Amino acid sequence: MVEQVAQMVVHGEAWTIKDLFVLPNEYVYWSIQIVMYPYMTGLVAGAFVLSSLYHVFNVEKLKEIARYALVFSFALLPVAMLPLLLHLQQPLRGIHVMMTPHFTSAISAFGIVFMTYACIVGAEIWFVYRKFFVESLLRLEAKTGRSSFESILKMIYRIIALGARDLSPEALEADHKAVKLLAGIGIPVACFLHGYAGFIFGSVKANALWMTPLMPVIFICSAVVSGIALCIVSYAIFMELRKWAARRGKNFLLPDAVAHGEHVVDVDHLRSVQGHEVTMTAKYLLIFMTLAITLELLDIIFRGYTAVKSWDILRDVIYEHDFVKIFIMQYGIGNILPFLILLLPGLTVRRAVFASLLVLFGVFMMRWNVVIGGQAFSLTFDGFMHYHLPIIPHDIETFKEGLPGALMVITTPFVIFYFLNMIVPAFMEDKNAH
Amino acid sequence: MKRRDFLKNTAVFVSGASLSLSTLEFLDPRELLASQPSLRWGFLVNTYKCVGCGFCVKACKIENDIPLEANVTRTWVERYVMTKSGETIRDCPQGALNGYTSKLLDENASGMRAVPDEEVAQAFFVPKLCNHCSTPACVQVCPVGATYQTADGAVLVDRKWCIGCGYCIMGCPYGVRFFHPVERVADKCTFCYHRISKGGNTACAQACPFGARQIGNLRDPNDPVAKAVLKERVGVLRSEYGTKPNVYYIGLNEEVR
Repeated sequence: MVEQVAQMVVHGEAWTIKDLFVLPNEYVYWSIQIVMYPYMTGLVAGAFVLSSLYHVFNVEKLKEIARYALVFSFALLPVAMLPLLLHLQQPLRGIHVMMTPHFTSAISAFGIVFMTYACIVGAEIWFVYRKFFVESLLRLEAKTGRSSFESILKMIYRIIALGARDLSPEALEADHKAVKLLAGIGIPVACFLHGYAGFIFGSVKANALWMTPLMPVIFICSAVVSGIALCIVSYAIFMELRKWAARRGKNFLLPDAVAHGEHVVDVDHLRSVQGHEVTMTAKYLLIFMTLAITLELLDIIFRGYTAVKSWDILRDVIYEHDFVKIFIMQYGIGNILPFLILLLPGLTVRRAVFASLLVLFGVFMMRWNVVIGGQAFSLTFDGFMHYHLPIIPHDIETFKEGLPGALMVITTPFVIFYFLNMIVPAFMEDKNAH
Repeated sequence: MKRRDFLKNTAVFVSGASLSLSTLEFLDPRELLASQPSLRWGFLVNTYKCVGCGFCVKACKIENDIPLEANVTRTWVERYVMTKSGETIRDCPQGALNGYTSKLLDENASGMRAVPDEEVAQAFFVPKLCNHCSTPACVQVCPVGATYQTADGAVLVDRKWCIGCGYCIMGCPYGVRFFHPVERVADKCTFCYHRISKGGNTACAQACPFGARQIGNLRDPNDPVAKAVLKERVGVLRSEYGTKPNVYYIGLNEEVR
């Protein structure tokens, strides 16, 4: 017992280094997974807003990327919850948030907001792809000698078609209207989902860095920025990857071909990401970036100008301890540089993808600087805590709340997206589709 | 009856019935008592009496099963050294579990610091513990209601219901909360609720050789703690957060946060 006790490391101790006067119970309790949580939620919300630009505002040029963004948003959705589960000390009790929500807490509404949003995205996908579901179902049912994989696929389509097999023009028109309505409702809900993630931080009165009513708005803007950027990057990469795979017959990289046969992927007409799609999307990216940067700078300027009691320690954190992370990595590399790259005339796809990668990095650093930066100083305003991300795990805790856990969270949506593509092909080109 | 009509009528009946039933309020005797409680736990710390021996910290950890070697604690003692040049240096190694036996100040990563005796203007100790606030931030932010306030004012944690999200730890302006290293749920000072509700004393107050710590009933005018709060010049910590703390300090300095 004594030896066991002698090695006892409390939660947070493994990655926190204290400096000067820090209270005995203070550690960096919210670590990398809580950085990942708003980051992933932001990607979900941003990708959905991008898809809605086409569906609601009829930005015709974004038709193909909009459908992709919608499916990708759905693949990202379950992953928004994953970091929270990995972070909980009692992950098996996570369901309590849904079962016994305590409504004075900002976290308690998570289950409701999240499920509402999931239902909207799921329903929208259903209406967008209903025609495809029914056609696939009919094709599979007509086929004799189905493989077991095709039988499973048939069963899946049968279930998700929900018996709505009507493909008359009136029915399809009704689908179209439903998509528009759902996308319209979806925008405020997506903003709420993410603004609410900002509220979770902004409402912590004990934390001098977090507590600002601007937090939800800043979170929404940076969410849209990161979601759009991720769509540009992943769309361009996936399009090239598909071309490459189709030419070399590497069908395992084409999940829709795996599921529906090679004929669905028309090798000769596989296109690259179109220049106009990227320039158009980049335009929206610039608008939201301007908003996000303005708000973030406003926050810092306001704090410096009003200079209340906490400003002394915040100034130390912002201008000294985290200077490189905030001003070089977040604002410099993550905001100003891509801003200039996107503004220079003659935007090429490659340049836009590079800029979007930088934007993604910038938004990640913003989440980092908020979550970790908010815990970089003691409640006494008289000491600091430095966070060291566990890279090589030596127990389950350093795995979950270390680099491996974060990488797991980042890769999961792509795995989900791969399998989702078998059922809901995001790259399907259909002139009649919504 | 058509199915549609049946569903419609059922909906009307259920909503009508629940509305009229909701006017009947069931009175729980405990609820009545809680609305006019004659008991509100409060705590008094006399900083003039504290010598920084750390007995309270040790007693608390043993009484409440917080592993002695774990670097978290439900109560702790801070040391303040103010120099003649106006600087304030604070430290609190291991929550003062083993008491202050050295004049060196522990500044964590910045190492140990020595302050020559002749430069010290004043030095004192401040014990800290949960303030069992009247409007506790931790209770407000708990997403599952695992942290709650009893009718007599103690703020407690339900170990069987806490999901371990850490929001209460983030929400507490006093840093009294932590994750229990064995139970893996949020943990904090309970005012030794298991003892005081049976008429006993808190472990820390009992262990204090100088009577620097005292628990009492703030609603009882004859209670020594309530009397001191009324008649002495006492202060509370960080009132600016609006949490209305119930741990009162005699001899509180501006530098103590």
